[in-house]
Amino acid sequence: MVEPLLKVEGVRAYYKLGRVFVRAVDGVSFEVNEGEVLGVVGESGCGKSTLSNVLMMNLRKPLVLVEGRVLFKMGNGFLEISSLGREEVKKRLWGKEMAVIPQSAMNALMPTIKVRKYVEHLAESHNIPKEEILEKIRIRFQEVGLDPVWLERYPFEFSGGMRQRAVIAIATLLNPQLLIADEPTSALDVVNQKIFLKVLMQMKKRGIVKSIVFITHDIATLRQMADRMVVMYAGKVVEVSPLEEMLRKPLHPYTKGLLDSVLTPEPEVKDRGITTIPGAPPNLIDPPTGCRFHPRCTYAMKVCREKEPALVEVEKGRKVACFLFTEEIA
Amino acid sequence: MRLVVRNLSKTFSMGFFSRRHVEAVRDVSFEVKGGEIVSLVGESGSGKTTTAKMILRLLPPTRGEILFEGKDVWRDLKEREELREFRRKMHAVFQDPFASYNPFYPVERTLWQAIELLGEDLSKQDKLNLIKESLLRVGLDPKDVLGKYPHQLSGGQKQRIMIARCWILKPLFIVADEPTSMIDASSRGGIIKLLEEMREENGTSIMFITHDLGLAYYVSDRIFVMKDGRIVEEGSPDEIVLSPKHEYTKTLVSSIPKLYKRMEDLV
Repeated sequence: MVEPLLKVEGVRAYYKLGRVFVRAVDGVSFEVNEGEVLGVVGESGCGKSTLSNVLMMNLRKPLVLVEGRVLFKMGNGFLEISSLGREEVKKRLWGKEMAVIPQSAMNALMPTIKVRKYVEHLAESHNIPKEEILEKIRIRFQEVGLDPVWLERYPFEFSGGMRQRAVIAIATLLNPQLLIADEPTSALDVVNQKIFLKVLMQMKKRGIVKSIVFITHDIATLRQMADRMVVMYAGKVVEVSPLEEMLRKPLHPYTKGLLDSVLTPEPEVKDRGITTIPGAPPNLIDPPTGCRFHPRCTYAMKVCREKEPALVEVEKGRKVACFLFTEEIA
Repeated sequence: MRLVVRNLSKTFSMGFFSRRHVEAVRDVSFEVKGGEIVSLVGESGSGKTTTAKMILRLLPPTRGEILFEGKDVWRDLKEREELREFRRKMHAVFQDPFASYNPFYPVERTLWQAIELLGEDLSKQDKLNLIKESLLRVGLDPKDVLGKYPHQLSGGQKQRIMIARCWILKPLFIVADEPTSMIDASSRGGIIKLLEEMREENGTSIMFITHDLGLAYYVSDRIFVMKDGRIVEEGSPDEIVLSPKHEYTKTLVSSIPKLYKRMEDLV
């Protein structure tokens, strides 16, 4: 039986800019199960990075949680982390229970502070003896393929791939249950991308982390490692599905469009051809009525303009928010 | 042969007191036929953009020659008129649609400039009509674009205007340096189709400069793989992707995540 590790329930997180709201995450619900790699995919501006901040409860103005709950499994029950403040979550969960590899991990380290300093910082803020943690990081560095002498060096001396591995080594030092990776590979060349993915999967295989949420625009990368997929469009989750089934038969028209626009060096892609989704993603200050995808959707019906489709389970383990599948239910 | 590149090299010298030399491009040779689409594929630092800049006559080579329509672009083009002709026939579409526009002018300025480059004697109204037609051709509504400033348009729209410019000039050769890297995947197909149409209609040769082997595989007739300033392998897309010969190409192909196949050596 799969147990959820993290539950997101009806979350709305908006950026408050003066009198207007940017509805970056707007009514999103899903679970991250124990032991899974959950892929979150969407194009730029769909709210996926905001989502990673919500999962961590890393809410700083102008980003505010308007509605909904985020629950994290602690012991036998769930802790409603969305009812705690950012500082409280930071103190109790960050590093120990959940950790993030941010999009800008390349720049997450100050170039002029030795890597060892970061680790010592970690020891201080979690009241762990320095020597113990330094011993741990030496081992962890070797595991990710970095010589421990690099602990005494400055981040600017690292190559991009090495910096990314240093960040993952430090982020997972306290064996957090959940690791959130937000576009961790987009700044790396393909050879380093693969090395990074290997390191990431090793972390999970060896039980250092239990679950991984991997956020990216790159479906081909997710295809290599994700168990389930969450597809986001304009602040909404439009489809949740096991990866293989989604690839075999995408349900939501947006998912299909996204898959058909992937260009990988494979004969199948040439045979399939490449399609374009007409139009552009909407402005999240004033999103379209009804289904947010309807202005770009070739299947759009009258109902799509008027009503918002709910995310409904249509097959076992597969949810979709589209009237093509749920009209009769709605 | 529309373009012949022979033994092209570029060495950058750096430093004041102790001069360091970086060989960005080393002895690169290839040819591009009329109506052919080729791709120069390599990681950052492989010398692919430097090669493109030399072909576009933006950066002088250290050694070697570039013959475009039989003329050496660095030695034979002397008169202003010849250069103008060259700029009309050889066109670039750059990676960053944001940097190709002057933020102080409406975006159609680049199209007016293209028409000036054409050098044809047209009335203002005819010119405007030509601009409108070019925008329609690339799938843009002139109403949405004319009079707008660069910051008011999306990356995809700006990239399309650059292609509208190509459509006005109908160049013989387009160098497209990462033309799709700043655009979302869902709009990328449109740009590729537009460039393919340029080839179909006018026999334009296109050279893609890209790190994206997926793109190169999809659009090209031939692929050149660059590594450390050299072309290490050349072949048809199927040869490069399905049976790579050079070690580097093998590593590159096996490192790229695929959609229809899961990497076996990841876990």
